[in-house]
Amino acid sequence: MKIRTLGRHARESFKSIGRNGWMTFASVSAVTVTLILVGVFFVIMMNLNKVAQTIEEDVQIRVHIDVAANAEDQKKLQSQIERMAEVKSVEFSSKEEELQVLIKSMGEDGQAFKLFEQDNPLNDVFIVKTKNPQDTMKIAEKIGKMEYVTKSVYGKGTVEKLFNFIEASRNVGIALIIGLFFTAVFLISNTIKITIIARRREIKIMRLVGATNSFIRWPFFLEGLWLGILGSIIPIVLIAIAYYNAYEFLAPKLVGNFIQVLPVNPFIYQVSGVLILMGALIGVWGSVMSVRKFLKV
Amino acid sequence: MIELQEVYKKYPNGVTAINGIDVRINQGEFVYVVGPSGAGKSTFIKMMYREEVPTSGTITMNGVNLAKLKMKKVPLFRRNLGVVFQDFKLLPTLTVYENVAFALEVIEAQPKYMKKRVMEVLDLVNLKHKARMLPTELSGGEQQRISIARSIVNSPKIVIADEPTGNLDPETSWEIMNIFEEINNRGTTIVMATHNREIVNTIRHRVIAIEGGKIVRDEQRGEYGYEN
Repeated sequence: MKIRTLGRHARESFKSIGRNGWMTFASVSAVTVTLILVGVFFVIMMNLNKVAQTIEEDVQIRVHIDVAANAEDQKKLQSQIERMAEVKSVEFSSKEEELQVLIKSMGEDGQAFKLFEQDNPLNDVFIVKTKNPQDTMKIAEKIGKMEYVTKSVYGKGTVEKLFNFIEASRNVGIALIIGLFFTAVFLISNTIKITIIARRREIKIMRLVGATNSFIRWPFFLEGLWLGILGSIIPIVLIAIAYYNAYEFLAPKLVGNFIQVLPVNPFIYQVSGVLILMGALIGVWGSVMSVRKFLKV
Repeated sequence: MIELQEVYKKYPNGVTAINGIDVRINQGEFVYVVGPSGAGKSTFIKMMYREEVPTSGTITMNGVNLAKLKMKKVPLFRRNLGVVFQDFKLLPTLTVYENVAFALEVIEAQPKYMKKRVMEVLDLVNLKHKARMLPTELSGGEQQRISIARSIVNSPKIVIADEPTGNLDPETSWEIMNIFEEINNRGTTIVMATHNREIVNTIRHRVIAIEGGKIVRDEQRGEYGYEN
């Protein structure tokens, strides 16, 4: 196709958007509403993802070492754990260090534990991290069976529940986004279909004077593209403002917490990119679907 | 040249519109196709611009067998053919100039050539001075002249006209016929379906009469009528 022809198609597509004022409005609104919903779900999902990642990275197995084990036995145990293919790192934490951590974590109440500094009831501990967080459970179990290990814990229950919750919300989010996407494609293809029905005559005449299908399709294709992109403007602005404010409000309150929100920059640009892309895809797909039917004469 | 050999057309609803037609139309001929409503005239004409495909038989136009022409090649074939309709089939939102230029736009003609050629054909149909007007601002006869201009802007060898004077008053019809005569005089084949007895009997050309999906009469310099 010649560039001149592409220019002609672009002009035609703009003209048609202007000419079909109400239909344009309807299509753009359909995309707008959908993308607002998609955007909200997307933002929530990405943040859940981030939380999940933080937790995953934080999951560790605490291997309590039997007090009966001497330095030699400890070394042996450590190398035994390190040899496991799934293990990323093994860190030693003495019972004195453990007590300090405990005291710190309890805040003011922790002072009461200071008494134990004389006679520490805690164990020395290996902190084990796995390469893949999903292996945590399996590895913890294996280590638990080793010699000189009294306990091998990894925050059972809580972690699993959290993972399950995040996994479920992620799946629901994806399902909703896909559902919304198809609804929007359907809506836009219907609205474009109406504009095409009004222009059936035009298409027929184009075919009679020897226009190829692609020549006829291009302006509609571009029209869908513009409608989709136009429809993504309001969602982007709304979500950007809402996210910026939510971030300003939440971020200070979450300092030091394992739940973190994604920083506005670059996240909001990524969201905008995704929304524009989705809008364009919805528009193009919708228009291509509806033109196809009219090209069989 | 147009050649139909043992052409049959049966519609899915069981109606046989064309029931065995053999005919040959030479380059430069002017042919009227006459017949009562429902005789198969329209199907005959539609098959010539490949809106309908015959159920069996061959239709050869300018060396192309339309019965076997692939969908993809149809646009290319139509670029070498002019078609004129009773209802003009103009785009109401485009100006006279744009309506004619449209046919050149789809073949991606050079803008310079396009301008020159469109003005040429508008001159031929005497509408050069109304190039910037919209079709709705013009009379029926003028609209048909635009449609004729569009049909010949690609310099086709064949022009198919389906009752081009059907919507026009007698006086305007004569004007339109004069333009077709002029086009025919330049060597273009013209196949025209018509109900206009006066025109057929005054401007004498070959007459093909169709009835019941068959050619019942085929006369050089014939008269209007489709009775045996």
